[in-house]
This record gives sequence, structure tokens and C-alpha cells, in this order.
Amino acid sequence: MTSTTPVPAPALPRDAKQPRRGRRPRREGRDAWLLLLPALVPVALFSVYPLLQGIYLGFTDSEAGLNQVTHFTGFENYADLLDNELFWSSFRIGLIWAFSVTILQFVSALGLALLLNQPLRLRWLARILALVPWAMPPVVVAIMWRLVYNPNNGPVSGLSQLLGLGQLNLLGDFGTALPAVIVVGVWAGMPQTTIALLAGLQSVDPSLHEAAAVDGAGAWSRLFHVTLPELRPVIIAITSLNFIWNVNTFDLIYVLTNGGPGGRTMLPMLFAYNEAFRYGNFGVAAAMGNVMVVLIVGFLLLYLRSRLKGIRE
Amino acid sequence: MSIGRTSPQVRAGQYAALAAYVVFLGFPLVWLLSTAFKSTREIALGDSGLLPSSPTLTNFADAVDKANLFEAGRNSLVVALATTVLTVVVCLPAAYALARFRTILRPITLAWILISQVFPTILVIIPLFLILKQYRLLDALPGLAIVYVVFTLPFCLWMLIGFVAAIPRELEEAGAMDGASRLRILISIVMPLLRPGIIATALFAFISSWNEFLFALVLIQSPEKATLPLTLSRFVGAEGQVQLGALAAASLLATIPSLLFFALIQRRLSSGLLVGAVKG
Repeated sequence: MTSTTPVPAPALPRDAKQPRRGRRPRREGRDAWLLLLPALVPVALFSVYPLLQGIYLGFTDSEAGLNQVTHFTGFENYADLLDNELFWSSFRIGLIWAFSVTILQFVSALGLALLLNQPLRLRWLARILALVPWAMPPVVVAIMWRLVYNPNNGPVSGLSQLLGLGQLNLLGDFGTALPAVIVVGVWAGMPQTTIALLAGLQSVDPSLHEAAAVDGAGAWSRLFHVTLPELRPVIIAITSLNFIWNVNTFDLIYVLTNGGPGGRTMLPMLFAYNEAFRYGNFGVAAAMGNVMVVLIVGFLLLYLRSRLKGIRE
Repeated sequence: MSIGRTSPQVRAGQYAALAAYVVFLGFPLVWLLSTAFKSTREIALGDSGLLPSSPTLTNFADAVDKANLFEAGRNSLVVALATTVLTVVVCLPAAYALARFRTILRPITLAWILISQVFPTILVIIPLFLILKQYRLLDALPGLAIVYVVFTLPFCLWMLIGFVAAIPRELEEAGAMDGASRLRILISIVMPLLRPGIIATALFAFISSWNEFLFALVLIQSPEKATLPLTLSRFVGAEGQVQLGALAAASLLATIPSLLFFALIQRRLSSGLLVGAVKG
């Protein structure tokens, strides 16, 4: 399907800095296609095409099973979702989850990155520990925290019993389940955020700090007036990515609580997964996916617009 | 931020904060480790401390036995290695083309890399399920590996493009001047310099495939084809008080390969090959 597309026009304006680049554009175009083909074909077949079809499915009554006839139903799925209380509850839980995890990840990772940027002893230990969650399968992270939260023999419940507060079932109680999984989300997402911020910190020009210090700025003042503004691009990038990833979280929660108790941790992805592969409502699940895309893109646009405006000023 | 002298109070505060981070990050790991070595009885009593009172290896034997850990581990390894090799093979030429050539595919691919990050997996996975069924790749490890390649590709490409762009063009031009063909330039000049980039790509592809759960959950059905995360998650469902130790042991075993891979490759990553190339 890609072979019929014409080679890019040879009359591209030349880049003055790199005069050799446009030397043989026609040949380069062909070379580029050849080199890219092994990547393009599978991506088109197993990613672009399914994605387009998935978006379309959100506007149909597609169901699991053999010989199901699928009809285009327009916005019927969305109207149904609006009437579905479980959808709204999942939506709300998803927003609470995504915002709190993203914000807490950022704050705690920033604190850790600032510490790791200081000449402290035992820094290496924190550095390694900050990386380990990244190499762990999310399923294992979830199992590990189930052990920690276990009401009968976990350390959290043990401590509470020691203090005379009785058994604690953090993942099983309606009130504590969501905060408990949010802590796990923060733990699991700290590595990338910390590493990104640390890399940003190390590229901040030290002379800026010296100048600020000479002008009498204290540590806090330097943090807010030198470090954070310098880190701005990194912060915007990593928080945006974290937000997207957090909205799309599935595996952690599937193993930790599977949406329970009583749907208190039913994140949108889990809701959509159940609709699709437990109840066979492919159309409704895809519609849910579409809603999530609109939500993510909407928040990102708002966020990026407000942040980027700040940079220009 | 090491301007001037840091007062002892501030230093003390910093160490306290660092200690808090170490506990928060490290404690769950220590607990997992210790649970894996506790006896069933000690776990059932429920008042055990941080360290096992009489360390035992029975949990590991149980885990391997009951959870089909070997089979699942082999499946995971096969899929992860296939994904790693295929991703690198497909990514290398593509990243080179995107970094060096002016083509209409460049903006298109870059846009796709961004788009692919935003769309939730659920939108892709339903049609993928149907497509793979059509090609008889459902419930098959090759099908899973193909899917992993496709979905690790965007990020790997993104990374590799950066690595290619960092190689001075002059080196390639010198090769061309000496009469080397484009293929020759790629193999003898670009590839060796790209080693850190290739290693990073391989690392990323291996770990993402080894850790992946949702695709495996939907696309693999027979227990004998399950990957490790899948097997572990089923084990959770079946856990009674009795099996907590075995569950911990299995989880630990499942983490070792990607940790090892990470540790192994990270050291090599830091050897600045580019510096050496320019020097001599």
C-alpha cells in the first residue's frame, strides 16, 4: 500500500548550512523509502489500521462473537455512556487518579532529584532504588504492594495493630482503596520522572546560581527563581507524558484491586477492558477509548497552552 | 546548588529527606524479598518481622512447581528476545533515514510517534484482536512478538534518531570521499558509532516486552503460552494465605532477568564510543 506514493519532489529549498543534503534528492527519496519500509509496513498493518478501525468501532454496535453484524450507530454509544452511572464514576475516579498520581510523582521526584544533585553520602543507594521500579514488571510491583498492604500479615496492618488501631485493609476498604493505589502509582512512576528531572538539573548552568547567590538569593528563592524556570521544558514534557501514561494505566490496578472494592478503583481503562472482553461490548469499549482520547488531548492542550504562554512572556 | 556553605541543619534535613526516600522506595522491595524466604507457617502467624525467622527455599520450589514458572519464563524470554532483535533490525535503517534524509516521511513519522503515545491501548487492542484472529496469530507467541515490535517501535525510533543525529556528518562524508558505498558507510562507520544507541534501544525493547501485560492478557489464551506477567497475575487470583510466600518467590524470579539485563547493559552504555572515534 505504500509503494504507489510518489517520491518527494526534488525542488525542496536547500538548507544553506548543509549544502550537500539536497544533492541527489530523487535518489535519497528512494533510499529513504527502502530504509523505512521494514518499519512502515508492520506499523501500518498492526498499529495505524487497527487504531483507525478502533476509532470507528466507537461509533458502531460491534460485539464479540462469530457472525455478528456490525451497524453504524453514530453517537448512540456516547448517549448510553452519559446515562451510565458506572461510566461517570469510573470517569471521576480516572481523573482523581491521573491528577493526583501525576502531581505527586512530580513533587516527590523533584525532591529526590534535588537531593541526588547534592553531594550527599548514600546518594548512590537512593539512585539505584529510584531506578529499580523501572525494571520491574508492573504485575510484580502490584503483587509486592499487595503483600505490603495485606491485612493479615502485611507490615502496614501490623504497625496499625501494634499501635492498637486494629487490622487495616487498605485495598479492601471503600475509603482507603483509591489513596492506597495512588501511592503505588507514585512509587511505580518515580524513576522516569526523577531521571528526567535530574538530567535537567545537571544541565542548569551553575553560574546562574552563583549570580543569584551573589545577589543574596537564598536556597528557596534560587529554587523558585532559577532552578524551576530553567527546568521548565523538562517539567512540561515529563508531566505531560506522565499524565498520558497515568490516564492509560491498566496492569497495576488490574492486579492490585481489579477495580474493587465496589468499583472504587475502577479506572477508565479497566472499565473499557471489562466492557470489551468480559461483556463483549466492543463498540461501547471503543467509545470509552474515544472519550479518553478527547479528554487527554483536551487537558494537554489546556496545559501546554498555559505553560507555553508563560515561556514566551 | 552547592553555593557557599550548607549549614549543618540544612544538611541534616537533607539526610532525613534522603532517608525517607530510601525507606519509601526500598521498603516494599525488602518486604518482597523477605516474604519470599519466610516459611508458610511464619506468614500465616501474621506477626512476622522484617526478616524471616528461619529462612527457607521451599517457596521457590513451590513457585516453580505450581505456577508453571519455567514454561512461562521460557515464553517470556522467547518473545522478549524476538522483540528485541526485530525492533533493532527494523529501527536502525529507519532511524538513519529519518535523521539524515529530507523526506516527506519524516514529519509523518514524527507525528505518528507523538500520536501513538496519546491513544489508549484499548482502542487498538480490539481491532488487533480481530485482525490477529484472521491471520491465525491469536493465542500465538509470534503474533505477540509482532505486536510488541510495533508498539515499542515509536519510542525506539525516537531514541535512535537522536543517536544518529549526534554522529558527525563529517565522518560519513570522509568515508564517501574515500570511495565507500552507502551500505559500506552504514556498516563500517555508522553502526560502530551507534553502539550505545543500539544498546539503549535493545534494552528498552527487551524490558518493555518482558514486562508487558495488557496485550498478553487479551491476545494469549492458552495457559501453556502465557508469559510471566500473565502467569503471575493468575497466580494472584489463586492465592490463599498459604501461597503468599510462593507468590513472592515467583515475583522475585520474574524480576531478575530484566534487572540483570538492565545492570549489564547500563555499564556498556556509559562507554563513550563517540569520543574514542574522533580521537583516533
